[in-house]
Parts: sequence; structure tokens; C-alpha cells
Amino acid sequence: MLSKATSLPIKLCCFLFILMFCNSISGARSRREQVFDGEKANFLVRELRKNFDSGRTKSYEWRVSQLEAIVKMLEEKEEEITDALYKDLSKPQFEAFISEVSQVKSSCSEALQELKHWMKPDKVKTTITTFPSSAEIVSEPLGVVLVISTWNFPFLLSMDPVIGAISAGNAVVLKPSEIAPAVSSLLVNLIEQYLDNSAVRVVEGAIPETTALLEQKWDKILYTGSARVGRIVMAAAAKHLTPVILELGGKCPAVVESDVNLQVTARRIIAGKWACNSGQACISVDYVITRKEFAPKLISALKEELEQFFGKDPIESKDMSRIVSPNQFARLVNLLDEDKVSDKIVLGGQRDEKKLRIAPTILLDVPEDAMVMQEEIFGPILPIITVGNIEDCYRIIKSKPKPLAAYLFTNNEQLKKDYVENISSGGMLINDAVIHVATRGLPFGGVEESGMGCYHGKFSFDSFSHKKSVLYRSFDADSSMRYPPYTPQKEKLLKAIIGGNIVQIILALLGWS
Amino acid sequence: MAMMPALERDLNNMSEYYESGKTKDASWRESQLKGLRSFIMEKQDHIMNALMQDLGKHQLEAFRDEIGTLIKTLNLALKSLKDWMSGKKAKLPQIALLTSAEIVPEPLGLVLIISSWNFPFGLSLEPLIGAVAAGNVAVLKPSELSPACSSLLASGIATYLDNNAIKVVQGGPEETQQLLQQRWDKIFFTGSARVGRIVMSAAVKHLTPVTLELGGKCPAVVDSLSSSWDIGTTVKRIIVGKFGTCAGQACISIDYVLVEKGYCSKLVELMKVWIKKMYGDNPQRSKTIARIVNKHHFSRLKSLLDDKMVKQSVVYGGSMDEENLFIEPTILVNPPLEAAIMSEEIFGPLLPIITVEKIEESIKFINCRPKPLAIYAFTKNQTLQRRMISETSSGSVTFNDAILQYAADSLPFGGVGESGFGMYHGKFSFDTFSHQKAVVRRSFLTDFWYRYPPWTLNKLQLLEVSYNYDYLGLLLVLLGLKRPSKRLISDHI
Repeated sequence: MLSKATSLPIKLCCFLFILMFCNSISGARSRREQVFDGEKANFLVRELRKNFDSGRTKSYEWRVSQLEAIVKMLEEKEEEITDALYKDLSKPQFEAFISEVSQVKSSCSEALQELKHWMKPDKVKTTITTFPSSAEIVSEPLGVVLVISTWNFPFLLSMDPVIGAISAGNAVVLKPSEIAPAVSSLLVNLIEQYLDNSAVRVVEGAIPETTALLEQKWDKILYTGSARVGRIVMAAAAKHLTPVILELGGKCPAVVESDVNLQVTARRIIAGKWACNSGQACISVDYVITRKEFAPKLISALKEELEQFFGKDPIESKDMSRIVSPNQFARLVNLLDEDKVSDKIVLGGQRDEKKLRIAPTILLDVPEDAMVMQEEIFGPILPIITVGNIEDCYRIIKSKPKPLAAYLFTNNEQLKKDYVENISSGGMLINDAVIHVATRGLPFGGVEESGMGCYHGKFSFDSFSHKKSVLYRSFDADSSMRYPPYTPQKEKLLKAIIGGNIVQIILALLGWS
Repeated sequence: MAMMPALERDLNNMSEYYESGKTKDASWRESQLKGLRSFIMEKQDHIMNALMQDLGKHQLEAFRDEIGTLIKTLNLALKSLKDWMSGKKAKLPQIALLTSAEIVPEPLGLVLIISSWNFPFGLSLEPLIGAVAAGNVAVLKPSELSPACSSLLASGIATYLDNNAIKVVQGGPEETQQLLQQRWDKIFFTGSARVGRIVMSAAVKHLTPVTLELGGKCPAVVDSLSSSWDIGTTVKRIIVGKFGTCAGQACISIDYVLVEKGYCSKLVELMKVWIKKMYGDNPQRSKTIARIVNKHHFSRLKSLLDDKMVKQSVVYGGSMDEENLFIEPTILVNPPLEAAIMSEEIFGPLLPIITVEKIEESIKFINCRPKPLAIYAFTKNQTLQRRMISETSSGSVTFNDAILQYAADSLPFGGVGESGFGMYHGKFSFDTFSHQKAVVRRSFLTDFWYRYPPWTLNKLQLLEVSYNYDYLGLLLVLLGLKRPSKRLISDHI
């Protein structure tokens, strides 16, 4: 049809057009084939389970090899990791190092140091009721576990649970958050490169992929994220009787008494809010409660220190993360623009939609029914609520669901004691913010709406293990008292033994009681 | 559904009572534990009668498995309460100057305990002891299938315990459903996997943590023991672990036996001998074996033997008295593995014996099936013992005995996989009903300037050495004597 006279360029264009068309069809087909659906998820779990059943992940050597590989990965790829964190969250390299890379390294070192000790069976005492016997508690891996991580500390909240799962001898699938895509795809590469792919895998994706994964039968699921999705995870787990760890959030209050070292307090609150992923952390200081007369002093101390930390124009500061996405940005701006709130701004309030930045913002005495006081803020907005008596803080805090962390700044020992007694939260930190989660030897987890279960350090190992009771009895020393026919004499003896009273036992044995 | 408003009102009152802080006091907890102990000791006869009425349980079984174990647990809880309640200090590295850290146990709040019919007192009160020792308020829902025990529990708890804090709600599936709609801070469930799923699904709404104590087919592996004393003791313990514990209706009953082909007949003969010795020629008349709890379960067990091949494999017993709900100790050898008797939890006095070529094959056999609540192995072979522990998975493993692990306070009692999750008994009960709150106290005096922005290379270096607990490094950096490592240099700073 095309006559010889039709120009070569036109023929070339047609050819290219046809080529592109074919390519896009096959591309779509192969993209469809690559979709991670229920069938793929099922295949993945079956494969990992087969590998787990072979016993390879149970050995001390395997676990250590994986942990050492993670340490190597952190040393060799630190820059890639902090780069990815910068890409996803504009997280300053310093923050990225301190709050994520360094924490993962510390978690790994602790596991490497203690693993032999953790893996040893726990010998326990037995009593006269099972005499003679010996007993121990053996830690065994659960099998194939699923870790679903989140976007705000995308590296830490992925690797830390994975370290726990591996140290307990499990095979593990990691599902990182799609809202932090650079870290997500970096994790795919790093884990493929450094770890044993027959037992440790990463699945990227969003809701469809997560749903496909949740349909499968796992031996444990650790989920970090919101309470809303936490419920979805638990509901899916219920079908398979899978135990879950849910690390959720909440409104973490910071109560500030007037007897504090003001400067240090202000700095620590800032460190626990704006210098902590711009307030986008489950343990960020969400709101402050302080005495009415003290509020102005606190606010001016915060203003002063904020300037020290981030300069005169904090919205431009490179030392603060940005808001992760336009969705989150819109949500936060909504909180600020609510009528009853917008006139309560005492500092900040500026926002830059293009750069996804909101300046450190302080609100004073917003009404309790304002949105900003009803939902978890997860951003650089700090409401300060004032009270007449500091004890009024209990009513305010208890009117909300139990948070993941609660903070108190005071030198008053009685107040400290009362606070610990009265307030229930996942964890508690007095005279500082956020850093309690870096403390070795403490469990990290929530209660009620802030979650269930815990991990970190040995708690990770325990959470990903089954504690199996083992009781050893011997054939010697068999008392006929246990067996029918049941005589009154046997009954007396049994009662005496359970009572543990040696005199009674002897009397019963002699038939005298 | 007329129950709902009254129930909600009761639960609100209980929550308010809990908020008043009364149940957190050590003295309150102690008074409740003492109250429970008085109930059990003073009402022993009533308890035994109720168990006889509901299950035909002999009083020695009642004492051994429920009354006695509860007294033991209460004594332990009273003795250990102060210790359990005290916080546990976490050891911190030296660099954490002027910082203290501890784990403070606190009660969860309002808890729900759903118990089962086979050990109606034990399975209701063992968790309740934990809940109360941990300072919670609790609602107990005993099983309607053991009505005499259920109503004795209700009246006993009302008389001996603080009614503002501990309540019993009687009823069946409908009442349980209503209870599951409410908001709880913890649910402790003992029962079947089927209902376990319903409980956990209901718990999702309020993100309520649950402990599920379920069941499974608990195997007993019997090695070819050479000593006649050993095999005799083994047989006695198997008989008591099966027929002598609520007629096999226990989550940790021996469900089936695995034995080497060549040893099977010896085992069977000895079992016949000892069953006769323990229960006489007419076990029903000996009134030593519990009966089947109700017609539904009786029919279920009867139908397990309906299969022709299964019936043919019966080598002892098999007679059933429907009117009195009694099934005599029954032994089967090699019923077909696809039959219901080998795929469902038996929960009755029928004992299949499965033969294998070599006893080690038992491991593979067990691993092909869902993880049970308990695995038993009667063997002196230490290699086999080690293999059983490391190559199988179950709630617990007991060597050379059965059921007894239930009485060991230092061992956690709980399942894995299909047999459940969570644990209790001893201090584990206290922990299961507590929240372990991490509390860290810092001082204002030690404030490291390098924690705060603006971020500089020097600060990063200092933090790195601090985090590595590197005192010397810290000193060197402060003195300007330590070179920054290459990787700290980046253009983001």
C-alpha cells in the first residue's frame, strides 16, 4: 500500500510505532505475570516452609552467618542507606545514622553477643508435685514469619524485626512500606545480595500485595503501623490462629512541671519531636501538658532552642525531615486550618506544599475536641495544653487511648512515682523523650490501642520463639498412689504431698492420718 | 438479648472499680487469693460432688487434677505475689550515666476468662488466679456443659470474692457471643480451635490481646523398653494418662500411641493386664473412670468406631452404655490413618496404637500432623530424647510420664500452631495478665550537646562513639585526637 514514493522516515515511524505497540502489550503481559497475587504468596510461603523444615535456619551457625552479613551490609552500604532515607523523607544524614543505621547495628551486635546464651535451654526447678524430675524450657523457632514494616523509619522498622526473626531461627518474609519506595527497593537489593534467599525474602508492594500475603498461614506476624490496619492484620491472622505483634501508635503526652531545668527540657522535647523525623514517629511527643503560669516560659524556651537547632527559617533547614507525602501533608494542614485551632498558633504555622515542609508549629490551649487533639498528629505540630494543677494531666491523658509512650519532665520524686503508678502506656520516660527505646534490656511494645506484644533485644528473640516446656521423669520411684484402684489411704497421701507438709506425708505413708 | 444492657452496666461498674485503683493494692490481691483458697478448701466436698454430677469424676481425680493443683497454685501465688509485683531492673551500660531503667508490671484492666467443661474448676480458676494476682478485674464464663460446677463457681465466687471486681456469667453460646461483643483488655480462652478462631476474630474490634489454650492429637511414643519395671510403669502411666484423666477428655490426654511393630503385642498385652488390675473386670462398676460429658460427645465417639475398618482394629474394650454415657477403656491397633479417629482429636477413652518399623519414624509421623499441645515419649534412649525435642514442635514434651507437666509451676503451659498461643501457670499466669511497662528515668545533669541539631560532623562522630559505648573513643574525639572515619564525610551534612 505504501508506494515506493512514501518517504523512508514515514516507513520508519510506522515500523517504530508497531514495535512500540507490540512491546507495550508484552510489557503489560509480563507486568501482569509479575503481579504478586495470592498464588505467588502461597508459593512463596510453601517454599520457605520447605526450607525451614529442612532445619537449616535452626543452627547457631546459620543465624550467626546472617547476622554477620547484616553487619557487613551496614558497613558497606551505609551511604546507600542514608541516601535512600534522604530520598524518601529528606531525612538528614545525621538522623538517618543515629536513629536507623546505628540502631540496627546495635541490635545486630547485641544478638551476636548474646545469641549463644539466648539459645541455651532454661533449666528450671521442679517441686515435690513432680518429684523426681528435671525440667527445662527450650526456645524453638516458630517457622515462617511475616514482618510488615512502615514508612517513617523504613530501614530500622524493617531490619530490627528481621534480626529478631533470624536470631530466633525462623525463615522470614519482609514487606516494606511502599510509601518509602527508595528504601523499599534498596532493601530488596541488599537482602538479596547479603542474606540467604532460601530463608529471607522481601516482597514489595502496596495493598494488593499485603492482602495476598495476609491470606497465607504464617507462624507469626509482626506489624508496625496504624491501629486501623493493625485490625486488618489481626483479623487475617485469626483465620489461621497466627499470633501477632502489633506495634501501633497513639498520642504520646509529655507532662512538664515547672521545677525543671527549662533549657534541657526544651531541647529534649525538640529532640523528641522535630528532630525525630519531624514528629512523624510513633513515639514522638504528640502534645504537652503544663501549668498555666509556666506555659509562656516553656514556649519561649522552645522558641529559643528551635532557633538554635534549625536556624531562623526552620522550614528551610536541612536538619529536619520533610513530610513524607502529599496525603500526609494535606492531613496535617487540615489539622492546622480547623477554625478552633488556626487562631491558637503561637509559633510557626508556615507550610510549603511544593517542598512538603511544615515549620515547627506550637499551638496553645486548643479545645479538647479539636481534631488535632483527637487523632495522632504524626507531624511537626505541638499542642500545649495548660492546667491549673499538674494532677489535672491524669484526666486528660486517661481520656485518650493508652499511648505507646508517656513522658514526664520534673524533679519531684512524688510526681514521678504517681505518674508511673497512674498512667498506663507502652513505655515511659522521665526527663527525656524517645531515647528509652534505645535502652538495652527493655521491651518495646504497646498496650491497648497502642498495640500488643513487644520486641527489641532478647524480647525479639523470645517473641519469635516458642518456649517449649520439657519435663524429664524417670521410671524409678513410682508411687502406686497415683493409680487406681483409689483407696482412702492413697487419697490421704496425695493430699499430704500436695500440701507439701513433710509430717503429713510421713503420717499418711505410715497410714496414721 | 435482654442481657445486654445489664451486662454493659455491670462491666462499666467493674471498669470504674478498677479505675479506683483498689485492685492494684497488694493487700486486695492477697485477700482475693486467700478467698479463693478458702472457697476451695471449705467447699471441697461440694466441688467433688459437682464434678461427680457433671462428669462422673472420681474424687481422687477431682483432688489430684483440680482441687489439689489449685491449692498448690494459690499457695505459690500468695508466697510469690510481692516478688511478682516488684519491677525488674534492667542493667544498663556505664555510659548511661545517671539513668535507671526497669520493667514495671501493671494490670491490663478488665479481662474475660472463658473456660471449658472437662476441668471446670481448674480451667476457670487457674487463669483467674493469674488475673487477680496481676491486679485485674475479671469476668469468668464457665462452660454450660458442666452446669453443676458452673453454678457452684458462681455461688462460690459471689460468696468468697469481691463482687465488684470478679463476676461469673453463666450461659451458653449466646451469652458467650454477647460477652465477646464487649470491650476487654484481655481474653483468656480454653477450648477448641474452632471457637478459638471466633474468639480471636471478636477480639480484633478492640485490639484485645488473647491467649488461646487449644488442643490437638497428643501422641505418646513408646520405645521398646527392655526392663519389665520400665514397661510396667510406662503402661500404668499411659492408662492413667488416657483413661484415668477425665476418660481421655483432656487437651493433654494421650490421644494415640506410636510403637515399633515388634513391640506392639507386648504393649497391648500389658495394657490389658493393667487395665484389669486398675479397673477390675467391669470398669463401669468400679466408678473410677469419668463418663462422657453429654450425648453429643457420646455420639461423636460412637461414630468414630462406626467405620468398619476401625471397628475391626479394636483389640480390647469397645462396649458403650448410651444411657449412662459410659465408654469402657478401648484399645485399637492400626486403624486406617484416614479415618476420623486418626484425623480428629479423639477426646475420649479410645486409644489407637499405630505401629512403625523403627521408633525414630515416629518423628516424621508426628510432624505430618498439626502441632499438638503435648508430646509424650517413653524412652531411656537419650539420642531419641534429644531428637524428639529438636525435631518436633509442640506445646510441651514430657519424657516417661503423661499429664504431670500440668502440675509443674516453673514450666509454661501453652500451645503452638494449632494448639494455641500464649501460656500460663505459675508466674506465667501473672505475666499473661500483665503489661510489662518499660520505665526509664534520666537526669537533667547529663545532657550531651551533640544530640541536638544543627548537625555537624563532629557531633556525628561523638554520637557514634557514645552509641558504641566507647569511652576511650569519646575522650579522644573530645580532645580532637580521633580522625573521623571516611564514611562520615558526606555532602548532606
